[in-house]
Amino acid sequence: MSYRADQGGGAPKMDMLLGSDAVAYGAKLCKPDVIAAYPITPQTHIVETLSLMVDKGELESQFVKVESELSAISACYGAAAAGSRAFTATSSHGLALMHEVLHWFAGARFPMVLVNANRAMGAPWNIWTDQSDSLSQRDTGWLQLYCETAQEALDSVIIGYRVAEQVMLPVMVNIDGFILSHTMEPLFIPEPDEVDTYLKRYEAPYFLDTENPLSFGSAATPDNFYNMRKYMARAMKTVPRILREEFTGFEEHFGRSYSAIESYRTEDADTIILVSGALAGTSRVAVDRLREQGVKVGLVKLRLFRPFPGEDLIRALGSSGQVLVFNRAVSFGAGGTLSQELRAAFYHLDKRPGILDVVISLGGKEVFPETVAEVVGQADQLSEENSNWF
Amino acid sequence: MLWNVTKVEYMHNGHMACPGCGASLSMRHALKALGEETVVIIPACCWSIIGGIFPTSALSVPALHVPFATAAACASGVRRALLAQGREKVTVMVWAGDGGTFDIGLQALSGAADRKEDFLYVCYDNEAYMNTGVQQSSATPGGAWTSTTPGGKEMDFSKKDMFGIIKNHHPSYLATASVGHPEDFYAKFVKAYAKRGFRFLHLLSVCPPGWRIDSQDSVRIARMAVESGIFPLLEFEAGGEVRQTVIPENPIPVNDYIKAQERFRNMGAEEIKALQATIDERNRRLLQHA
Repeated sequence: MSYRADQGGGAPKMDMLLGSDAVAYGAKLCKPDVIAAYPITPQTHIVETLSLMVDKGELESQFVKVESELSAISACYGAAAAGSRAFTATSSHGLALMHEVLHWFAGARFPMVLVNANRAMGAPWNIWTDQSDSLSQRDTGWLQLYCETAQEALDSVIIGYRVAEQVMLPVMVNIDGFILSHTMEPLFIPEPDEVDTYLKRYEAPYFLDTENPLSFGSAATPDNFYNMRKYMARAMKTVPRILREEFTGFEEHFGRSYSAIESYRTEDADTIILVSGALAGTSRVAVDRLREQGVKVGLVKLRLFRPFPGEDLIRALGSSGQVLVFNRAVSFGAGGTLSQELRAAFYHLDKRPGILDVVISLGGKEVFPETVAEVVGQADQLSEENSNWF
Repeated sequence: MLWNVTKVEYMHNGHMACPGCGASLSMRHALKALGEETVVIIPACCWSIIGGIFPTSALSVPALHVPFATAAACASGVRRALLAQGREKVTVMVWAGDGGTFDIGLQALSGAADRKEDFLYVCYDNEAYMNTGVQQSSATPGGAWTSTTPGGKEMDFSKKDMFGIIKNHHPSYLATASVGHPEDFYAKFVKAYAKRGFRFLHLLSVCPPGWRIDSQDSVRIARMAVESGIFPLLEFEAGGEVRQTVIPENPIPVNDYIKAQERFRNMGAEEIKALQATIDERNRRLLQHA
């Protein structure tokens, strides 16, 4: 499962882990009371590893081996309502099957963390990565984080619970199917007692309590319903601030620093690539190569998608000439999902960069550093009105 | 028979059920048997409304409303969380209609029953989608009018056998009950309460507007369902055989039950005769071990 490497000289030990296993270790460290899961490629390793941990007695969670993803998220919903920390992992069609309960979860203001291995939606069948599964869940009220590395995935699960349990909204952590889930990477697994100090046991402010009987989710009049949704929007509004605090707190505890977006070699860039997930790694290599050739190109990695960090992006991209938005999900008839979000964020400003909608990959279509370099090279010929397909 | 039923009420006035509603009467007596250490899981059904509109509640036990297809899975999660927290003694009860049980919730129900999840699943079967205005479900009996079977449902009298479906999942306890026979009803809830593992109660739940009867006739019709044999009162415990818990002293022909309800107005003498034959044959096979 994992290989520990002693680097000698008293340096911290690193483990060599599959992305899926990194996620499983992250979940384990958070000690969820209930894990409910159903197999789906390429997520299956996560729950296999977790069930092994439970089987070996390393993890004292109740593991519910449900008969569908709809039941997986529903069991998590029941657990959260009873005041417990819950965890599940899924992908693609599994996430789509959960859709109704994703809404219900956020609407009920229960926290949890779900890890989604990003994979295309059929038809036709395709098991490889893109973001059409998670981005089509953008309006469900879940926070969405996207990871470039397995380390980030592990850490995001832990940070995810900290944030979810403060804002009382669920968190979806996304990793690229196969690219992250099925590749190995050296990383640090935090010590359990360190995580225990950072992430306390979940104390639900309200739950199914026979001493204090409450009804959850009962029908609400239009006015009450409207207000509940208004409070939900307000809670979402507090996320960027809370996330900043949490990233700082996490760095103090574990020494690894994160932010909602990350800029790379953007200082004097004319062209900036906006990208999320593991594709950021590939694009970074391309940026380095292009820089060597004197091309003024940089990169902004989007870690947080919901809530959309518009202000951060305006600061990071506002002074560049053009932004190449690397989309891996399309709203057919309206273009790349990420491009739409970015355009909306800039709409109220007079000065804004050219925003080019690039459909870089779907269904696992390979993107090499050369592919990225080619797109950057063609940037002047790309359309600003239409999506750019290759 | 003497009753040892608590005077404490866990279901209160101000609820939103129709007059004569079998589902509200059932809930009142079910909770008396189960007591205050109970959590109720309610998928979409009449009880989504009967329980009260936010911020009111007609129940003094905690309730969790859940999406239509998910009751048994949500209950699994609640039960597992209670186990993890050391709150084992709390009873978890699903309270679902026939739509949420026979139709859209059947997959989650089968999954939970197969995993032997430790909770009580109650289906109050009013034999159609009553909350949306009386549409046919797979629990609607042959011949019955609903708003989607305006001429009466096809005259096929082999109603989906939920008792058999659950029995083949090997539950720890399984029974049918009706508020028309409250002593039997109460005894079964008490028995289900005392057991662990997956337990299932199928209640026939009279619906005056959906069945086209007067509200004061609810209990009378509920009794007739048992007396005519169309809804026999049964019980099955793990390791045992199916047992008929109430053998009607004065059995009646199903014709009396059918004629008492306007929803069956399209059924003629021939169809009722066929229904009677189906019932006789089914009950003979069902109880051959009794």
